[in-house]
Amino acid sequence: MIRFDRVSKRYPPGIDALVDLSFEAAAGELLIVSGHSGAGKSTLLKLIAAIERPTGGAVLVNGQNVGSLARGAIPYLRRNIGLVFQDQKLLFDRNAFANVLLPLAIAGFAPKEAARRVRAALDKVGLLDREKAMPIALSGGEQQRLAIARAVVGRPGLLLADEPTAHLDPDTAHDVAAIFREFHQVGVTVVIATYDATLFPEARPIRLDHGRLTQ
Amino acid sequence: MIGWLRQHRDAAALAVRRLAAAPVNTLLSLLAIGVALALPAGGQMLFANAQSALRGLTTTPQISLFLSVDAERKAAQEVEVRLRRMDGVAAARLVTREETLSRMKAGQGLGEVLDALPKNPFPDALVITPRDERPEAMERLAAELRKLPRVEHVQLDSAWVQRLDALLRLGRTAVVLLASLLGVGLMAITFNAIRLQVLTSRAEIEVSRLLGATDAFIRRPYYWFGTLQGLLGGAIAWAIVAGATAWLKAPIGELAGLYRLDFALAPLATPEAGLLLGLAAALGWTGAALSLQGTLGRDGA
Repeated sequence: MIRFDRVSKRYPPGIDALVDLSFEAAAGELLIVSGHSGAGKSTLLKLIAAIERPTGGAVLVNGQNVGSLARGAIPYLRRNIGLVFQDQKLLFDRNAFANVLLPLAIAGFAPKEAARRVRAALDKVGLLDREKAMPIALSGGEQQRLAIARAVVGRPGLLLADEPTAHLDPDTAHDVAAIFREFHQVGVTVVIATYDATLFPEARPIRLDHGRLTQ
Repeated sequence: MIGWLRQHRDAAALAVRRLAAAPVNTLLSLLAIGVALALPAGGQMLFANAQSALRGLTTTPQISLFLSVDAERKAAQEVEVRLRRMDGVAAARLVTREETLSRMKAGQGLGEVLDALPKNPFPDALVITPRDERPEAMERLAAELRKLPRVEHVQLDSAWVQRLDALLRLGRTAVVLLASLLGVGLMAITFNAIRLQVLTSRAEIEVSRLLGATDAFIRRPYYWFGTLQGLLGGAIAWAIVAGATAWLKAPIGELAGLYRLDFALAPLATPEAGLLLGLAAALGWTGAALSLQGTLGRDGA
């Protein structure tokens, strides 16, 4: 599903985020990318979603070299990837329902089918009764779950999450981790970048240290 | 296809919501566009009216050729024969001095004056229909006619009508020029409105891109916004011109009545109104396109 082949990413002016990184993830795997702050976890996820392009090597997703994708092809790659961002990137000018609806509107779903899927996604993260709430009125844990609902509403084959439990208290963090585990169990490939690998003891770890793999 | 139409409908609905979300801004923009477009549209309407009024006045252009008063009838007939053989002359008709005198006597007020004169003051005349009615060709023909024997005076009857017509055409050109300038102004208004919107919806654009939105999806509502703003501005321009027409109709009718002219101010014709709206919408679209090029660019927001 995902293959990194001697991937390097250097940001100007010469800061190496990732150095000569190679690994593979099979479809349906649960991967935890861990490491200190600045180890290159976020960069790794951004390369998979073609938010960044590698400066060396190849990143393959479903056999496609995403580093050399044409600009026009990137949106279609992203529609098959669920993204949960470190800063969530919720839109505060619209309610929970509309936030989760956005990916489906982008993909051009019919309104009825879209509404059904939005409610299903909200139900899965336990926010069905909050669909009319504005994001600002939600707690930190609820906002994180809303972000997850938005990431999975398009039923992607690949789910990427960047520090999804960073700002949550331990109980809430466990709840959120359980949601990711459920998606893993139904066959979704899940890659989670986190400093706290203990939340996912069963996952296959990828440890980064200054942009290099440490085993 | 249905999905594509739905996305356009959603984009249009979003554009309408954005127009309605800032009513004062929207109203000011629309007024600025409306007034800017009303000037050339109104000018176009006035010139179109003047030209149609002029067409009512002008008949086929003619050249009148007056012989000297002491010329004999035989000389007049000779000139007539020569005229008929000339290339530039389509028809020539001799109007004898007797004919002119009797027609003048039949006219109002002149009978007694003419009776008081010792002899017929009118010369024999020839009315010529030229083959080529363009002003320069008629001038050439007139110059040729002046060289004929016993000719006292050659007059281009329709010259003033054509000069006025040329003046009106110049006026219409000026309207086109004005319209182009104000069209640029309209695009600038749209450009700025879209730029501000893009800046305020940076977050939405960024998130949409990350969720797999194509450039077309992101730009679509802005295109709709520009087009709708142009279209509504055009409608305001049309309303201003229609209002002005209705307001001017009575005084102009009165004036025309005083000059015994059969003339009523016609409002902007439907094709012209359609052109106005279409042009306004197209300019709005173009302003949006330029603005998006500048603010979103190739690399994306």
